[in-house]
Amino acid sequence: MSLDVARIRQDFPVLGREVRPNVPLVYLDSTATSQKPVAVLAAMDDFYRHSNANIHRGIHTLAEEATAMYEKGREQVASFIHAPAAKQIVFTRNASESINLVAYTWGRANLKAGDEIVLTEMEHHSNLVPWQILAAERGVQLEFIPVTADGLLDLEAYHKLLEGNPKLVAFVHMSNVLGTITPAAEIIRLAHAAGATTLVDGAQSVPHMPVDVQALDADFLAFSAHKMLGPSGIGVLYGKAELLESMPPFLGGGDMIKAVHLHSFTPNSIPHKFEAGTPAIAEAVGFGAAVEYLTGVGMDAVAAHEQKIIAYALERLAEIPGVRVLGPSAEEKGGVAAFIVEGVHPHDVAQILDHYGVAVRAGHHCAQPLHEKFGIPATARASFYLYNTLEEVDKLVAAIYQVKKIFG
Amino acid sequence: MDDLYREVIIDRYKTPHFRGKLDPHDIAFEDDNPLCGDHIAITLRLDGDNRISAAAFEGHGCAISQASADLLVEAIIGKSLDEVKALTKQDVLDLLGIELGPVRLKCALLSLKVLKAGVYGLGEASDELVE
Repeated sequence: MSLDVARIRQDFPVLGREVRPNVPLVYLDSTATSQKPVAVLAAMDDFYRHSNANIHRGIHTLAEEATAMYEKGREQVASFIHAPAAKQIVFTRNASESINLVAYTWGRANLKAGDEIVLTEMEHHSNLVPWQILAAERGVQLEFIPVTADGLLDLEAYHKLLEGNPKLVAFVHMSNVLGTITPAAEIIRLAHAAGATTLVDGAQSVPHMPVDVQALDADFLAFSAHKMLGPSGIGVLYGKAELLESMPPFLGGGDMIKAVHLHSFTPNSIPHKFEAGTPAIAEAVGFGAAVEYLTGVGMDAVAAHEQKIIAYALERLAEIPGVRVLGPSAEEKGGVAAFIVEGVHPHDVAQILDHYGVAVRAGHHCAQPLHEKFGIPATARASFYLYNTLEEVDKLVAAIYQVKKIFG
Repeated sequence: MDDLYREVIIDRYKTPHFRGKLDPHDIAFEDDNPLCGDHIAITLRLDGDNRISAAAFEGHGCAISQASADLLVEAIIGKSLDEVKALTKQDVLDLLGIELGPVRLKCALLSLKVLKAGVYGLGEASDELVE
């Protein structure tokens, strides 16, 4: 399956712009946030132009339309990840909030002093700090699956950690720095065998590869719309229905209740129990359009395209003396290349690349412990999506040669 | 590219003229830019008239942060403490001779922040020092 990338690029207006006169944009920062196709912009525009109203409990036409559009977004997202039912999709602000929701509700209801949580050394701060907060509050122990020098998880060490009977195994499905795709199904199977609940940080995997929550048997899955062609401001917590139903509510307010009295309330059923206040309605509509777009292209085709790009990028980057890419070989990773240029700080690398129109990110990419592990303060990171081309990899490589020339 | 990384910036990054730590010293201060991990430590020696007789810096980080520290340290030797207190953001930009966006501005101004916090004898370096 091969993508018609030239045609796809036509759907993304921003990809046609120049960052300065005669310097076309080469957008290699989709791991931070993806660009948006016209279909998503149009769906949100249409919502605001024709159907804008607050959702639920409105009787008038617009309120009914808005409610139907919001709930349709939920159904589209549910079917995108093969969730058994739309009610298992809780809309949040982003993947970080989804993980915090689990830490604050499930975590506080189920974990006590001495209980263990297993994480990995390659977590984004969003799947680390919420558990650190809980650990400090409850005396919960955090354990970490080590990352090998190749950027893979040390599964032998994981087997040993499971002997401690952790209550939760929370791990990243695709590293936002190394690009490593973790063996999620196996990690979950082993966790369940040891009696642990599982949470998958799918912020990078759901946008870039087919993810089937039932095949994975994940208990929780968190991801964000803005990294998968949708708008910012909306994310998802998927959970098994019995888990979501058993959890206490998160934020209190409108819509999350069935009944309220002066001294008590009855929580609403899922997913509304976790959606206090007016949610991101237009964003849910845009999110639905984004997953429709991705489904139309085909997630197998998206993954195959990115595999082709990353294989080529790793090959080209390896040709440049003094450039080192972190993480495993192309077959074991997604379209992410975090690299260092010997003798040049990543911020200088990123600034010079920008001069040539090449947008990459520089820093620790919200994974400071992982950088500490590899003994480097920061990296520059190029990341790819369905709209990137092999020619853009060539432009990246040419710009890195300019960096080397300037810092000669 | 000339407008972005003038030769002097690359030169001073690769071969700084004032790298080191003065021992003994009269004033010392250091700070980080948490955003990118840039670090600058400045030591100063004063003469009998409270003028800076010697200055040096240590640190690590991007070319902008390190070159601006080297150029700034060079510029303050012979100046009085009051003259140092009067230094502004624009003085540093003039030394570098380039235009910078808001993110890289923090890299460029870290050394001035550290210098002024030291000269004022403050416990911490605040962004207000370089406004």
